[in-house]
Amino acid sequence: MAEMVNTVENENEKDATKNGILLSIKNLRVWFELKRFGFGHVGDVHAVDGVSFDLHNGEAIAVVGESGCGKSSLMKTILGLYRPTRGNILVDGEDVSKMKPAELKEYRSHVGYIQQDPYGAMAPFMTIERILEEPMLINGIKDKEQRKKRLRRMLEEVKVFPVDDFLPKYPHMLSGGQQQRIVIARSMLLEPKFIVADEPVSMLDASVRVEILKLLRGLQEKRHLAVIYITHDLSTVRYFSRRIFVMYAGQLVEKAKVKNLLNNPYHPYTKDLLTATSDPDGKNAKVIKELPPGEPPNLINPPTGCRFHPRCLRIIKGLCDIQVPPEFEPESEHRVACWLYKSK
Amino acid sequence: MAGKPLLKVEDLVLHFKTTKGKVQAVDKVNFSLMPNEAVVIVGESGCGKSSLAKAILRLLPNNIETYSGKVFFEDRDIMLLSDEEFRKNVRWQRMSMVPQAAMNSLNPVMRIGDQVTEPYLIHTGVSKTEAIKQAKKVFGYVGVPEDFLNRYAFELSGGMRQRAIIAMAIITMPGLIILDEPTSALDVLTQANIFNVLKTLKRELEISFILITHDIATSSELADKVAVMYAGQIVEVSDATSFFTHALHPYSRKLMDSVPRLRGDKEPDFIIGQPPSLLNLPIGCRFRDRCPSRFEKCDQEPPMIQQDGHLVKCWLYQNSKESHHG
Repeated sequence: MAEMVNTVENENEKDATKNGILLSIKNLRVWFELKRFGFGHVGDVHAVDGVSFDLHNGEAIAVVGESGCGKSSLMKTILGLYRPTRGNILVDGEDVSKMKPAELKEYRSHVGYIQQDPYGAMAPFMTIERILEEPMLINGIKDKEQRKKRLRRMLEEVKVFPVDDFLPKYPHMLSGGQQQRIVIARSMLLEPKFIVADEPVSMLDASVRVEILKLLRGLQEKRHLAVIYITHDLSTVRYFSRRIFVMYAGQLVEKAKVKNLLNNPYHPYTKDLLTATSDPDGKNAKVIKELPPGEPPNLINPPTGCRFHPRCLRIIKGLCDIQVPPEFEPESEHRVACWLYKSK
Repeated sequence: MAGKPLLKVEDLVLHFKTTKGKVQAVDKVNFSLMPNEAVVIVGESGCGKSSLAKAILRLLPNNIETYSGKVFFEDRDIMLLSDEEFRKNVRWQRMSMVPQAAMNSLNPVMRIGDQVTEPYLIHTGVSKTEAIKQAKKVFGYVGVPEDFLNRYAFELSGGMRQRAIIAMAIITMPGLIILDEPTSALDVLTQANIFNVLKTLKRELEISFILITHDIATSSELADKVAVMYAGQIVEVSDATSFFTHALHPYSRKLMDSVPRLRGDKEPDFIIGQPPSLLNLPIGCRFRDRCPSRFEKCDQEPPMIQQDGHLVKCWLYQNSKESHHG
């Protein structure tokens, strides 16, 4: 790439490793069983297969992948909504996969979730005030005054002014951007340990996307909050996080600092993703891009060896199609699961 | 590009009647399109860009208050045609459309082959075998395997469904295709692949395109020309290359600044406030309340002004020569 890319990086995150590990995922596998007529095993959907990573306190990371790559299954498992088939999710040393239902309920009050579709995420018959009070009611904040105070302060933080005008409104009366602000406010009300933001801006108009991302980023820094940002859009990542993971067919194929990944991608899939992402330029219309053929594999019966091999233009026959590539580290803090980097 | 325009829209107006009042979705829109050219119409949601597409193709709901203006297409004013003539000779015959959410536009209980051949059968009256032959030919252009003719929509992936819809739009070999947000629901790689298909069609079949979108970055993959729409009006028209490097209208500039970029160091910005409701439009320049360069003159409606090869509806450029339309 001709131009070097700079990314956000603040003081907190430079020393993120010193802040200690908040969330540690080890060899996580989430398979969904397929049954015929309600019984009888037919196969499994290998939604997440052998994913490992660490998230530090106060760190923002991004997971990038196409639809159906398993990124939402991964996040829902972290949130305790799905049970893992194998592997561990350690949050502050406690294993989420082994929690009992009552413990899980307690755990969920410590994690925030920002949904993709803000309108679908709010009950249409509740006012904004009620929507924001709900999590506090459920989690036992009994003092009405305190609840009011907290939700007002939160609305000011997400810059919904004037607060009093918004409280009695219903979700459909707000614009997409305002709705997403309310969802962000709700995810942070209970002071969570970390937040999962699942494509928080993909449903919004292009002109407000950046505004919402900047708001989220600002809150993340101010509250020293760990955030996992899930997206399919590489162009927004560098405004938000320092580290990025690329996911393909249920596996993480490349893990790096955003800056390194954008300037010097290793995995052929990452390279293709970067080629496919356009910046506005008059020259674009004149060239036909070189892209991998085909589509992501069916996760019921994923390809053997490297899951990208049937589409890869740099396949090593007899290796890539047979053996699963382990993670190589051709550069410090830059890991890639691809046989091309074996020797390095 | 010299020669006669393929499409010339003059003072096109489309207002809807609603219980709350008049919705001015398309308000005196002017633009033109040369043969084998692609124009991108960009704007935020609710700016009237989809209504503009529907007004050109005359796919209208019942609650029309005003529908007027001139649309010259292949040398005749198609606004003068009766609905029946329009349906027979223009829509899908010479001008077709790829609708928004195209992935869900296929009939779930019809085989792909039957759906794709349907417009060809109706418009040309050929035999079924002939139509299948034509369908196979267009499948070749868009990259859908021939045996997909016998499949149902649910058996196809999103990208393949989108290609099938494009095949349906080109089967009658029209001169113009209107694409309404053709790739907004697709993944990056699939999106890029679809744009490769559209570029090939433009090259090989010499089709013209109107691409309606809010995604400027992706639209640059096809654009020869850009028209920016704001609150029912076109506020700037320009050659694509020139637009991407120096847009003139304050709204266009803000829109360009809001695009997150993968390469380069520019921090994206955003536009403060919201577009006005099409029910209750301000007098004068409609962007006035959000505009950083607003001055007294903006209380009156600005004319289309010619500046550096762009047409721009903004008082900032009033010293230049005025022009009537594009």
